[in-house]
Amino acid sequence: MPLKLVFLGRLEDVAGAPDREVAGADSIEGVLAALEPELAAALREPRIRLAVNGVLLAGGDAPALSHGDEIAFLPPVSGG
Amino acid sequence: MDAGASDVRLLTESFDPAAALGAFTDAHRAAGGVVGFIGQVRAGDGVEALELRHYDPITLPAMCDLAGRVRARWALDGLLIVHRTGVMHPGDPIVLVAAAARHRRDAFAAADFAMDHLKSESWFWKREKAHGAWRWIEPRAEDFEDIRRWG
Repeated sequence: MPLKLVFLGRLEDVAGAPDREVAGADSIEGVLAALEPELAAALREPRIRLAVNGVLLAGGDAPALSHGDEIAFLPPVSGG
Repeated sequence: MDAGASDVRLLTESFDPAAALGAFTDAHRAAGGVVGFIGQVRAGDGVEALELRHYDPITLPAMCDLAGRVRARWALDGLLIVHRTGVMHPGDPIVLVAAAARHRRDAFAAADFAMDHLKSESWFWKREKAHGAWRWIEPRAEDFEDIRRWG
């Protein structure tokens, strides 16, 4: 049950690529726990917003993940 | 396209803002005034290139949502928002906002509001290349101050 992670902005540099496929997990926390500690710490910063399948999560949302979900990590936007 | 609808575009290639503004003005002959704003990559400061990244599922939908908020707030005949994504160079256009209205004050205010919100809220991540090295740009406090004046 692979998941796709998408890293926007400077998170791409931390992850080493703009996106990555990872093994399935039931929750966001499960995804983060399986990543390198440095990347997981960057993704856990409070200013990072998350979107699952293009829908922004509100603070405190902990959605159940399913096969093929795309999870995007969105740092503060820097303006057009 | 319905002449009264908003035209919102996210472009991966360069565009001609003067031609787009001309076509928009032609399409809104009943409007007494058209206000257009063009943002371009600043030359100087040693910046060789600028790149905007976006996220397909949310960037354009949020721009369309902004257009809806502008239309709800001011009486406009038309609204055009064109925004680049990708790599740009000094002098390249980044954004064009144009508002057509019966009365000029609505057009000025709508374009100003749209630009302030595009700058501070739209889903773009920016990096600059200077002296051969890319650097991600963090949000600017001024952009949040600009947006606060709208209440």
